[in-house]
Amino acid sequence: MMFGIHWNTSTDWAFAVSIIPILLRGMIITIEATALGFLVALFLGMIFALLRAVPLKIVSWPVAFIVEFVRDTPLLVQLYFLYFVLPNYGIVLPAFMTGAIALGVQYSAYTSEVYRAGLEAVPRGQWEASLALNMPTWLVYRDVVVPQAVPRVIPALGNYLVSMLKDTPILSAVTVLEMLNLATIIGDRTFRYLVPLSMVGGLFLVLTIFSSWLVRVLERRMPNDGIPLR
Amino acid sequence: MDLSTLLPPLLKGARVTAELALMSTVLGGVMAFAAGIGKLSRFWPARILSIVYVEVFRGTSLLVQMFWLYYALPLLGVSLGATLAGVLALGLNIGAYGAEVVRGAILAVPTGQYEAAVALNFPRRHTLWNVVLPQALVEMMPPFGNLVVQNLKDTALVSLITLSDLTFRAQNVRNLTLETVPIYSLALLMYFAMALVLMVAMRWLERAIANRVGVTAARARS
Repeated sequence: MMFGIHWNTSTDWAFAVSIIPILLRGMIITIEATALGFLVALFLGMIFALLRAVPLKIVSWPVAFIVEFVRDTPLLVQLYFLYFVLPNYGIVLPAFMTGAIALGVQYSAYTSEVYRAGLEAVPRGQWEASLALNMPTWLVYRDVVVPQAVPRVIPALGNYLVSMLKDTPILSAVTVLEMLNLATIIGDRTFRYLVPLSMVGGLFLVLTIFSSWLVRVLERRMPNDGIPLR
Repeated sequence: MDLSTLLPPLLKGARVTAELALMSTVLGGVMAFAAGIGKLSRFWPARILSIVYVEVFRGTSLLVQMFWLYYALPLLGVSLGATLAGVLALGLNIGAYGAEVVRGAILAVPTGQYEAAVALNFPRRHTLWNVVLPQALVEMMPPFGNLVVQNLKDTALVSLITLSDLTFRAQNVRNLTLETVPIYSLALLMYFAMALVLMVAMRWLERAIANRVGVTAARARS
């Protein structure tokens, strides 16, 4: 029994059906962690991308190093680092928050590259034209560069969202009760791992197929505003 | 607590990590070519099999795959052991991503090359191995470089199926000494160093292949 929900171990099919409500609770946590982590990644990645674009090397180089370091080290170790080190400095967060932040930090390294590529893909002529029109820099960003960069970065960001979703089971390592963790707990209590673990695999397949479809729809509905892409 | 007590166990773990990364990369490479070429096969069962493999392994989480191979498969009567389960999960997972790279690179070879091969009456196998693949291989190398580093990072997950890799050792040493900051910093630095070595090696391999084939890849960092 879990969350007051009993399972029925008479047959594999009955067992599978009886644990669906439990796994769905885990799925909610999975989706919440992905959403929160993605917000962190979008925001932190933007900061990294902007700092890397600063003309001062004393700013841009260390930031570039941090991004590369975060990109090339495992999420699990970063997660342990945050989970065990932050409390030493008086920051005690629930495991779920630490997990979502770790996900966000890891993916911010990827999103910052996406932003950078998106900004660089805006033709030079656009900058030169804005300069010729005597536009202030922030207006150039707001009205010229960002509107053209957004449709270019959406597909890449969407792919990272899906891949982040698939990384959430790692949070089970710090006791977050997402789908995989619930499935292994059910397995530990019933000595039946095959059914719950296969169900989690199936549910992930459903989730990723659905979210990939969503990203594609979003991509197609992205307004181009008459801007020729490429 | 000084470095000399922390370092030896971590280095032992790093060795296990390196071995796992190497084995799973080799398996991943084989699977990538098998499924990538399989997806373009004229023979429909090969096509279906490759598509199912790629979709299942790309569509589910690596940790779920690993747990499934380690905890669920024995209940079907197949006991793999932690190392084999870890290598299989890592290799099959990265192979599925690699398959898309292989397929994309093959499709990117200009049609003129195929037409020329047909005009010269080359058999299909000959066209694939001697005309298409060498050119496609050059295009594959930059994305393969990313995947190899991705795979190295993914090896950290084997610590969750009881293998004593770098992450597992770091956890162990932390439980004994409670020196959290130095241990995890060292572990992260070791992963970073291994990633740098892999990146340099892949660049070198990329250039070596490009020189041999005589085509350079359109480099795009993702």
